Amino acid sequence: MDLSFTPEEEAFRAEVKTFLAENLSEELAAKGRNGEELTKADMEGWHATLQTRNWLAATWPVEYGGPGWSAVERHIFEEECAMAFAPRIVAFGVSMLGPVLLKFGSDEQKAEFLPRILDGTHWWCQGYSEPGAGSDLASLKTRADRDGDHYVINGQKTWTTLGQHADKVFCLVRTSSEGKPQEGISFVLVDMNRPGIEVRPIKLLEGGHEVNEVFFTDVRVPVANLVGEENKGWTIAKYLLTHERTNIAGVGFSLRDLDRLKRLSKQLHRMGKPLAEDPVFAAEIAEVEIDLEAMRVMNLAMLSAAKEGAAPGMQSSMLKIKGTVIRQRIHGLTKSALGAAAAPFPATELSDNARTVPEEATASAATYFNNRKLSIFGGSNEIQRNIIAKDMFRS
Amino acid sequence: MDFKLTEDRQMLSDTLRRYLADQYDFETRNGLIETAPYHSPAKWAELSELGLIGAFVPEDQGGFGGAGFDITTVFEELGRGLCPEPILATLMSVRAAADCGAEELVEDMIAGAKRLTFAVFEPDADSLALIRTSADKSGDGWVLNGRKSVVYGLPGADGALVAARTEAGVGLFLVDSPETIDYAMIDGGGAGELILDSAAATCISEDAGDIIEAALDAGRLALCAEAVGVMEVLVDMTVDYLKQRKQFGRPIASFQALQHRAVDMAIEIEQCRAITILAASKLGTDEAGKFVAMAKNLIGRTGLLISEESIQLHGGIGMTWEYPGSHYAKRLSMIDHQLGDRYAQLHRVMAA
Repeated sequence: MDLSFTPEEEAFRAEVKTFLAENLSEELAAKGRNGEELTKADMEGWHATLQTRNWLAATWPVEYGGPGWSAVERHIFEEECAMAFAPRIVAFGVSMLGPVLLKFGSDEQKAEFLPRILDGTHWWCQGYSEPGAGSDLASLKTRADRDGDHYVINGQKTWTTLGQHADKVFCLVRTSSEGKPQEGISFVLVDMNRPGIEVRPIKLLEGGHEVNEVFFTDVRVPVANLVGEENKGWTIAKYLLTHERTNIAGVGFSLRDLDRLKRLSKQLHRMGKPLAEDPVFAAEIAEVEIDLEAMRVMNLAMLSAAKEGAAPGMQSSMLKIKGTVIRQRIHGLTKSALGAAAAPFPATELSDNARTVPEEATASAATYFNNRKLSIFGGSNEIQRNIIAKDMFRS
Repeated sequence: MDFKLTEDRQMLSDTLRRYLADQYDFETRNGLIETAPYHSPAKWAELSELGLIGAFVPEDQGGFGGAGFDITTVFEELGRGLCPEPILATLMSVRAAADCGAEELVEDMIAGAKRLTFAVFEPDADSLALIRTSADKSGDGWVLNGRKSVVYGLPGADGALVAARTEAGVGLFLVDSPETIDYAMIDGGGAGELILDSAAATCISEDAGDIIEAALDAGRLALCAEAVGVMEVLVDMTVDYLKQRKQFGRPIASFQALQHRAVDMAIEIEQCRAITILAASKLGTDEAGKFVAMAKNLIGRTGLLISEESIQLHGGIGMTWEYPGSHYAKRLSMIDHQLGDRYAQLHRVMAA
């Protein structure tokens, strides 16, 4: 039993820290710290900065422009980026479609799409959920009907994150109604600029715009844009979801947000004293720190097992549940720390004169409400429990 | 023992429920909450015509109610209707004014002719003992210096009743045209910062500390009742959604794991309703502070639970601005932040 990182891993951590110190502007970090919405240019700029070192596509092999990192190195990189309030890498091209194309894509598809994910030519979004197909994704109804060497797509996708910026969407579509629902699904790549596609924003409860509805009316897509085999898309969908769940624990985000909570608890006063000196509130911070320490090591144990080739099974579901619940509790305490001053809206637009709390605290309520999504998306925590239960109670 | 509302209160409750359903639907509300003054002066006037404000004041002080149960009757309906009108500020200011014997002011407020806010807390002062705003005599009147923070209902108000230090203790002052920085609140309604830079003021009372505390407790009781109203609607919406939403070929309400969570919400609401009734029964007695604190602590804890569970059980829909449930969930969550949260109330209970 040895919980320490190797000297090489520690050296790698130092390298990442140096890179962030030299390349992450204070302006960009402040946006993250203060809970401001990032622009498309912010995210694209950060991708380009990372790619100067081939650090954008953490899971890709070197020959395709990735860094060739181990799971532990990826973890270190993610943790350091989170601690520095770097923009989160937009996952859809880099972390989701990329690995899918590497495993299932044709040589032509790899050659056409992979370089354009790295250089930012294509912004991808995900066409999975539908109004009637969320937790029960396999019941999806968006149809792709064959017409010569094209598919004609009709239907609706929803919760399409950052679809307002996207050039392309990877979609799960129904190509057959025969057999089990899972057996008639295909994975196709669609140009968002095609006639018949309409993107409508969904405003979230805290006022932000990050998800969309995407409507498809007779959208023609070349059959060459099918990934893998027709009607075998479910296998790809599941493969992709396991990638969606990497770094699902969000340890780095929780460590960073706990740091901020502790900072704020010394600066914000309650009943004439810093919050940190209120034993009731301090006990809550201590509890969540205990939970986080345990989860941090549980995450490391899984990384270590993955390094030795063990497949992540139900443990990734456990990490998803624990990771999101801990992050949400930290956000809840941060919102509580502000007391009455949590109310102003929209907080990031308050004048200095109106603000009574540190700038990094102003958006705490909005951040808290927005992050209720953590236990809903990427397979809700209820679905994760189903996955674990299926494993535990297998006869 | 009788847990039923009196006939008069039942009538007030029915009238208010009908008015909010007919005149203040969700679209009307959401059309107001992002533009100053973050409420509708016309609707506020109509509500005062229904007798809301008079219901907050005892008969011997010019009103026609004034008991804890009058307050809870009104606010439970305001919660059910998710009403963003600044009635909380009105409640606290009219009760404080009445207890100070400011008859004319109370009369104007009950008639709806004057809408006042109640400005007590400051950026670093979340209790009356800590406030620093000072009141000094100047000629025939007074001047106030200091800053009041997150003053509910400030945008568009006719004036503010302000707590400020005097030689006698903490006094209550009327500022007619205060300098303000207005903003919306994340859960609807408006608030603002009150900047008192040698602001001219009329003295209502030079020593009103106990009266202000009592008005704040009336406000906390009101928030508890409002929360109960919000919770009832949220749980109803959640149960309806579970019945209607189909996944895996059946309503998700058929999954026992989800049923149990809805049941837990329902049980917790009964606890909240009970402790709010208890607190209402103690208003005006020596024990009011302790029981109001108990109620607001429990409401604060349960409010967070029900707010979070209602969103979770709805899934993505519960996260959207378009869905009324998300606004109920936000309101419920933010009630804990008003007039002292669950931690502040817990300390009061421990000290009692």
